[in-house]
Amino acid sequence: MGDMDSVELLETKFSRRTFIKGVIAVGATATATSQFLGRPGIAGAQTMAGSAARLITLRVNDQDRPVDVLPNETLAMTLRYRLNLTGTKLGCDRAECGACTVLVDGVNQYSCSMLTHQVRGRAVTTIEGLQNPDTGELSTVQQAVLEEGGFQCAFCAPGFIMSMTAMIDDNPNPTREEAAHALSGNLCRCCDYDKILTCAMRAAELARSV
Amino acid sequence: MAIIRDMIPDFDLFQPASVDDALALLAEHGREAWVLAGGLDSYDWFKDRIKRPKVVVDLGGVAELNGIREVEGGLEIGAMTTLTEIVRDARVRSQYPLLADAAEHVATPQIRNQGTLGGNAAQDTRCWYYRSGWPCYRAGGNTCYASAPKAMNREHCIIGRSRCVAVNPSDTAPALIALDAKMIVRNERRPNVYDAEDFFIGPSTDITRMTVMKPGDLLTQIHIPAAWANANFYYEKIRDRGSWDFQLVSVAAAFQVSGGTISGARIAVNGVAPYPLRLEAVERMVIGTEGDEAVATEAGELSVLGARPLRHNDYKIPMMRNLVRRAIRSAV
Repeated sequence: MGDMDSVELLETKFSRRTFIKGVIAVGATATATSQFLGRPGIAGAQTMAGSAARLITLRVNDQDRPVDVLPNETLAMTLRYRLNLTGTKLGCDRAECGACTVLVDGVNQYSCSMLTHQVRGRAVTTIEGLQNPDTGELSTVQQAVLEEGGFQCAFCAPGFIMSMTAMIDDNPNPTREEAAHALSGNLCRCCDYDKILTCAMRAAELARSV
Repeated sequence: MAIIRDMIPDFDLFQPASVDDALALLAEHGREAWVLAGGLDSYDWFKDRIKRPKVVVDLGGVAELNGIREVEGGLEIGAMTTLTEIVRDARVRSQYPLLADAAEHVATPQIRNQGTLGGNAAQDTRCWYYRSGWPCYRAGGNTCYASAPKAMNREHCIIGRSRCVAVNPSDTAPALIALDAKMIVRNERRPNVYDAEDFFIGPSTDITRMTVMKPGDLLTQIHIPAAWANANFYYEKIRDRGSWDFQLVSVAAAFQVSGGTISGARIAVNGVAPYPLRLEAVERMVIGTEGDEAVATEAGELSVLGARPLRHNDYKIPMMRNLVRRAIRSAV
């Protein structure tokens, strides 16, 4: 028991995620201080037309989530480190790999490369929001991935699954080539592309039969 | 490049709801202000701590900058219209498929869902010395690292260098030139309208800018004139990776054909110069011809006259020559 406590303590103290949470908190303090010192434009109270308020409510996975967001914070940061929605992964943090893909109003976008303040009033869906919250039933894409075993290490899987979800919404009857084009914004370093495409085709098939 | 540094440095964020408010903010903050459209170019600069604006003006809430409208004499596209919207727009697809084709060649679905036509046109160069924060001419320093004797310059320019050898990376820019698009740039004083080919500038005009826009200026609309609607179009982009990448060389062309001969032509190439390059001499040469193989070959040769490669990019000369040749072949 004692051992477990110390392991937990270590993880709490030194995990990367906790460290980044710390960075965000320190950032918040610094910003609050500079606001106190009278720098213009850092919100809280609106100091000028169009300046962004810090305390906002986000619509994430059909829930309203009040959250304190820095002006310079990306959506991926807010989801992972403030809302604990760690299913959204950060791979490159440069709009290249797609691991951070979420849906904004149903459209797949890179959450590492948008400011959280840009999605105020819009519906954000993350991998955690695909499962039916009442029945626990998986979405058709998740079910297809489970059936086809599409991923090896699966770090990229949440991003791919979000892109597949957007793809099927857009084009429920894709050819394999169209699916490859629709998923071209997601990278898999295990190079499981063939199996991932099989998942996408299976997901489309499942979606059509619902 | 591509090192996660956890947080973008602090800035003040403004999200105006109108163009007038945005222009007032840009006028007030001048050089300290950064215009944020889709943001795909911006965030790399911020995350790498190479550009650190004090004020960011996010245009996402400015409704009047969104959407495609039919107007007298053509289409008017708001600068914040996403590339996906352009790719899917029925009017663009049927009358100006060149623009849809070019927009579809930009990066990935996620980037097209967020990236805007204005942002794609006005984006900064991808020269990796410059983007890695080296103090080059373009960054206000006193040397060009990309043309140094042992530099890695495979993707740099073969034409139009002037101290800087970077290229314009935009896929839509040559299409806008081929379509004779007008770029509407506003500031607090007055609106200015530029022909697309004049909107992009080279280092000999101002080495620190890619376009005519100065602090305080905002690209608000792009007008596509009906004069080139339903022309014969050709677009091709050569890149290292099939799925997505910036261009090595791309070509966009529009041809009007009557009675089997070319009566009008506009051809632009990107990836070869610090600005998208209109090939007026080639246009003049092919007008009045049937665009046959001999003409296409001659046009290709003419297009690369005066090209001067760097150490690692001589392949761009035959690549440009052949793309121009293919474009002419497709004309009639």
